[in-house]
This record gives sequence, structure tokens and C-alpha cells, in this order.
Amino acid sequence: MIDWYPLFNSLRIAAISCVLVFFTGIFFAYYAAKLPRAVKGVLDVILTLPMVLPPTVCGYFLLLIFGVKRPVGAFLLQYGIKFVMTWYGGVLAAAVVAFPLMYRTARGAFESFDQNLAWSGQTLGLPDTYIFWRIRMPACRQGILAGTVLAFARALGEYGATSMLIGYTPGRTATISTTVYQLWRTNDERGAFFWVMVNLAISTVVLLTVNMLETRQKKAVAK
Amino acid sequence: MSLFVDIQKQLGSFTLHVNFTAENGVTCLLGASGCGKSMTLKCIAGIERPDQGRIELDGRILFDSEKHIDLKPQQRRVGYLFQNYALFPNMTVRQNILCGLCREKNRAEKKRRADEMIALMQLGGLENHRPHQLSGGQQQRVALARILVSDPQLLLLDEPFSALDGHLRDALKIELRDLLARFGREVLMVTHDRTEAYNMSAAIAVMDEGRLLTVKPTKALFADPGSVRAAILTGCKNVVPARCIDAHTVEIPDWGVRMETRQEVKEGLCAVGLRAHYFSPGAQQNRFPVRFVEEMEEPFELILQFRYQNQKKDSPPVWWRLPKDKRPASFPEELGIAGANILLLYE
Repeated sequence: MIDWYPLFNSLRIAAISCVLVFFTGIFFAYYAAKLPRAVKGVLDVILTLPMVLPPTVCGYFLLLIFGVKRPVGAFLLQYGIKFVMTWYGGVLAAAVVAFPLMYRTARGAFESFDQNLAWSGQTLGLPDTYIFWRIRMPACRQGILAGTVLAFARALGEYGATSMLIGYTPGRTATISTTVYQLWRTNDERGAFFWVMVNLAISTVVLLTVNMLETRQKKAVAK
Repeated sequence: MSLFVDIQKQLGSFTLHVNFTAENGVTCLLGASGCGKSMTLKCIAGIERPDQGRIELDGRILFDSEKHIDLKPQQRRVGYLFQNYALFPNMTVRQNILCGLCREKNRAEKKRRADEMIALMQLGGLENHRPHQLSGGQQQRVALARILVSDPQLLLLDEPFSALDGHLRDALKIELRDLLARFGREVLMVTHDRTEAYNMSAAIAVMDEGRLLTVKPTKALFADPGSVRAAILTGCKNVVPARCIDAHTVEIPDWGVRMETRQEVKEGLCAVGLRAHYFSPGAQQNRFPVRFVEEMEEPFELILQFRYQNQKKDSPPVWWRLPKDKRPASFPEELGIAGANILLLYE
């Protein structure tokens, strides 16, 4: 009998971190565009760093902040929140690593948005929130969708920061990627192969989705 | 009904500083690309914020840097027609028009006014089309419908014809002119096209590098542009440095001639403008020997370039424009121009 827990846990972590990253990525992408150039440059570097840093380095920083003996970690522990060695710690690790993908794609989409659309909405008297959700977001939807899918895929495949922060505990913190490593390390080649195939299947679906979105976007532009 | 604008804004290489009052009817901001025309419109609409100054519409203060008043674009009731019309691509024609009615809360009233506007703008049958399915002219009508239905106190038009093909442009000019006459409020239009400005507006404000050179009734501006930039923008082909000799004589050193003018020459004259179609072989006034240089044909007109006998080498040739059927058998040896047709241009 196969233990499906890693699949369930991976999907759970990827889905929740994807939702978190969706909103925070859009928020920062939208407000970063409005900042003065110098501040924007610095913020951009900080927000993009997790994409270029080795995930283990991200994990190191996360432990530095959320480790139970660190100020922030100790403080959170008083309220029963512990990111180390828990499945929702995995959400945090995946979100941090996937965030730049969402942020950068959303920012690209917002930057190519025709600002006249927002301005004409304002002069017509439309509220700013309406303009954001009903005009800006639909106009940028292809880019934002692509960013979301990429962030989801990255969160699903997260290994480095995850293994640093939450380790591998079967039935508690095991994800697909940590399971593959663990099974391989313990000479369970068949087990490792099985999870590799599962991962491959999910990744293929995700990439097909991205391609589909991109062709649709090209068609939309061609119109 | 009047619009008062006095604003300053730092823009890259120059400072935008405009100060004018526009009364009922269409006023045109005429200027080369990048001179700050569109930025002026954006400041009035509240999309951009001037560094300092005041904007007042029918006694309502829209912006006042001293009193710290800066109404949001939503509160200004200023309609803005964008160059690319800025129709919302994800909405149908009807939904676009309904966006202009967002201040109206009564549903039945909303529907009635939308229907009325669709009929008025002859958009019947297109209600469920999306913007990309419409022709340029239809898009412009939808954009105008969307703005007019929101009942603005002032209408801003940013190069309204630049996105249209030539033949459509002329037809729409007449359509838009009649529509604006019915609208009956102030309209401020931005253009770099002098013909468009002449066709559409009652008054023209000439802009150059962020400054307002003159504001004049349209016909008066074309008859007497007053400055070099205004003369060029109103299409004067021959603008040349000149200096005052006496009350009715100017000297044009580059051409090596002195010309009589009907208008009195005042202190500070820096150049004169001679419109290309005013030269004539028959004119007795200001008649000088000339030499043919080059010819360029246009669909119905001919441009003949010539030089005066003593013209300086580095001075560009003079343009003479005439209808094709008036073409002389051989190029005349002398050309004259009436003193009334010499535009006096000052600093």
C-alpha cells in the first residue's frame, strides 16, 4: 500500500503558498510600480533575491528568523505558532521561494498595461478599486495567470528551503521532493522512481498549462 | 461657463507653464509633439499633478496648490477622450457606455440614458460588440458616447483624429464638430495639425516647449500669427529673419531684399513670414528678380522653389505654391508679393 501523504502534503503546501503569493505578489507588483525609481530598484532586488539565491540559503535565513530559539520564532511559539518541523512551515518556505516568480510576472503584466484605460476610468468617475479589479486585472489576466502557474509549480518542486526548515518526517512534513531524496538515500529505488514519475506528471501538466496560456496571450495580442 | 488654468510643472528638459482662460466653444492647443499639450490636459483632468498653480472650472476650484485643493479625477467631471480612445477591451460597447453612468444609481434611469446615448451616437446593433470588433470611427463614437453620457462639465480631446485613416478623418471631423456644437460646453482639444485646429476650433492657443505663446481667435491667428513658432505651426513655409527699417519697410538680409508692408512695423521685429501661395508673377509690389531651383508636385498643387538674385548661399530656397492649372509656361523672371501678405513676427 502506497502512502499518498507526500502527494497530499505537497499539493496542500503548493496550493496554500500559491494563494498567499498570488495576493502578496500582486500587491507588491502594483505598489512597486508607483514608487520612486531609487526605492523601486532596492525593493526590486530584495524581492527578487529568493529567486537567485540557492534555496538552502533561503532556508538558512528562514531558520535565522523563525528558529524556536530566535526572537521572532520564540515570540511566535508563545502563541503556539511554530514554523520549524511543521507542514505549514513548508508553506512559508515554498511561498518565500515562489514569491519572486509571481511578483516579476505580475509586474511585467502591470507595466505593459495601457495606463490610459485606468485614467479614462477615473475621469468617467469609476472608483479606483473597480478599475483595479474590473479593468486592470482582466487586461493583465494572462500574465497574472502565467505567474500563478509558475509560482505553483515552483512551490510544488521546492526542496532546499523546505528540507532546511521542516526536514523530513513521514506522515507529517514529507513532501514529494523530500520523499524522493529520502527513498533514494535509503536505497528504495522503486519508491523513489514512483515519486519521480508522479512529480514528472504534475510538472508536465503545469508546463502544458503555461504554454496554453502563452499561445492564448499571443492570439489576444494579435487581435 | 469658463475654464481658468494657471499651472506650472517641471517636465524633464523644460518647465510647463501655461496660463489661459477658455470660454464657451472649442479651444485648440496647437503645438509640436512633446511641447506639453497632453500634459496640460492631464493636469486639468487630475491624472497628473501640477507642481503649483490653480485650475478653476465654472467657479469650481479643481486644483489650487496654495489652498491645498486637489480634486480626484473622479470628482472633477471632466471628460477625457484619449488618443487611442481607451475603450475597456474586456467589456462590450454597452458595458463601456454604462461605465460612464456609474454615478447614476437608479437602474431604470441608467438603462434609459444608455439607450438614449446609443441611439444618439448611432451605435444601435453594436451594443454587444467588443471594442476590437469595431472600426476606428465606431470606436471613437463609443468613446465619446461613454464620456458624454457621464455629463461632463468640460470635454478634453487629445489628438482625436490621429488614430484614424485620412479619408475617415475628414468625415469624422464634420461629425464631431456638429456633436460638439450640440454638447454646448467648453471643449479643449489638443492637436499638432493646423488644418484640424482650423476646422474645429473657435480659438487657438499656440504652445512651444511648455510655454503658451498666444491665445487668439482662430482666423485672427492665421491672419497674424505674431511669432515665429506660431507662424510655422500655422503652416507658413517661408519664415526668414528680418529687421525694421521704417514704419512700413523691412529688410531681409538673407534674401538681399527690402520689402514694403501694409501693417505698421513695430519695435522688436525679428522675422517675417510669407505664405507660399501669396507670391505672384503679376504682383507689382515687392517685385524682385528670382531664379528657379526645384519643383515638387502635390495632388492638386505645385510647389516651385526659387531663390532671389542676391540670396545668401546658406539660406534655404523660397517656396511658391500654386494650383496646377495656374502653372506658368516658363518660370517668371520676377515675382512679387503684396505688402498686406507679409506677416510680421516678433520675439
